Amino acid sequence: MTPTLSRRGFIAAAAATLAAPSIARAQIAGSGASARLVVIGGGFGGASAARFARIAYPWLDVTLIEPQSRFVTCPYGNLVLAGRLGMNDITHSYDALRARRVRVIRDWVDGIDPVAKTLRLRTGATLAYDRAILSPGIALRWGAIEGYDEAASQLMPHAWVPADGSQTSLLRAQLEAMEDGGVVGISIPANPFRCPPGPYERIGMIAEYLKKHKPRSKILALDAKDAFSKQGLFQDGWKALYGDMIEWVPLSKDGRVTRVDPAARILETEFGTKHKVAVANIIPPQSAARIAIDASLADASGWVPVSPRTFESKAAPGIHVIGDANNGAPMPKSGYVANSTAKQAVASAAALLRGESPPDAVYFNTCYSHVGPEYGISIVGIFRPTDTAIVEVPNSGGISPRGDLPDQRRFEALYADAWYRSITEDTFG
Amino acid sequence: MRRAAVGLLLALASFAPASAQAPLLTAQACLGCHGPGAIGQTPIAGLAGRPAADLVAAMTEFRANQRPGTIMGRIARGYTDAEIAALAAHFAALPPGGAR
Repeated sequence: MTPTLSRRGFIAAAAATLAAPSIARAQIAGSGASARLVVIGGGFGGASAARFARIAYPWLDVTLIEPQSRFVTCPYGNLVLAGRLGMNDITHSYDALRARRVRVIRDWVDGIDPVAKTLRLRTGATLAYDRAILSPGIALRWGAIEGYDEAASQLMPHAWVPADGSQTSLLRAQLEAMEDGGVVGISIPANPFRCPPGPYERIGMIAEYLKKHKPRSKILALDAKDAFSKQGLFQDGWKALYGDMIEWVPLSKDGRVTRVDPAARILETEFGTKHKVAVANIIPPQSAARIAIDASLADASGWVPVSPRTFESKAAPGIHVIGDANNGAPMPKSGYVANSTAKQAVASAAALLRGESPPDAVYFNTCYSHVGPEYGISIVGIFRPTDTAIVEVPNSGGISPRGDLPDQRRFEALYADAWYRSITEDTFG
Repeated sequence: MRRAAVGLLLALASFAPASAQAPLLTAQACLGCHGPGAIGQTPIAGLAGRPAADLVAAMTEFRANQRPGTIMGRIARGYTDAEIAALAAHFAALPPGGAR
């Protein structure tokens, strides 16, 4: 389906539904025979929602709106930096969703009217929905680190919002161009942010590349916090695999980067220390994506408060907000959580469209991280909603055991690769 | 006769989107590693078509740290007996080769 054809078809369909909204709603109330579920955002949350809706609730009419023609995953981007994978290995098309009769529209959503239940698309069309799933991902808070704006990211890549993949490719190219003996500086934000173990997996994957090709180089990780996900496991692995190549500087030792000079490749920390590096990767502070902020769905934290059971926005009933954009703590902002909660949001939307109660819920997360060759670690979380919060099931989940356990590490590395194949099939397949 | 059957099917179809049709949401979480259809993802084992009793035994042993594993003990401890029984029955009823 070409964008032109889909647009034309979509405008006709939108005009028809706009012309007769009362008839469409009557059908839903009477038999549940059709209802319009519009999914905004084609990442792990949105694509999982669209796919699951077509499989489990075939009476739903499903539209997915996503500006990119293909999706580059944030997970496994670090393996591209290591040189293990190419960009094609982490890029997924929407063809399989189209084959499942998801109407995929390539466009931006510029506005949401939760009262009229309509969306305004950048190309000018208006689209009506009965329930919406909003999975817009994150925005990078340009300027939160002085000197770090979108232009600066062309010199000091973030490689944290893959978009078309150019940021990950740029960071990889800079690592390849760096001379042996250079320092790779990585700036890591305070919580909450997308993929809590991601920066630390990245440290290991860059170290894997450097050890092989530029063994005199160093990694300087400047962190705006004093503790991080799977910390003991990561630090055990770094030491065992890379010796003293990696220096991690916590907040309490002046680790927080407050200013950058992109042209001079200088990272400046809170108390004025200036670190000159050869390659700089800035993972900046984040918020929910712009559309959630503009629609006044986010609170002062920058994230979207949602119902713990249905993920319906507290500010805008009828819009279920999933993925990294919501305030889902204590769940991490991960692809697996986005996939897991997408299914609950769709099941809830389907139930509510039929005037039924939303189903009981269990949310699931596993985050595998690669530390080096045949060396994988993981964290597991199982969560349940109460009326007011999301709670981790006591005495469950947690991290891989510590210690000298080569079989455990080797198997977890293999399972991590299998996870990536499974979760991307369960999302885009 | 045939027309009547079709008519009945259509009548049923119009009532089909009822809550009885809702999938077992708990089982959805497993697919992110064990693969769509739970048919497995090498080297992760498939669950589809395995006897329910075997699946219950495995989960119960994982939960009690009585079965070696890398990650399943941590996962199994998040689920109740009733959930494990429902998961086992669900996966036992799926075709091992997968029908997606």
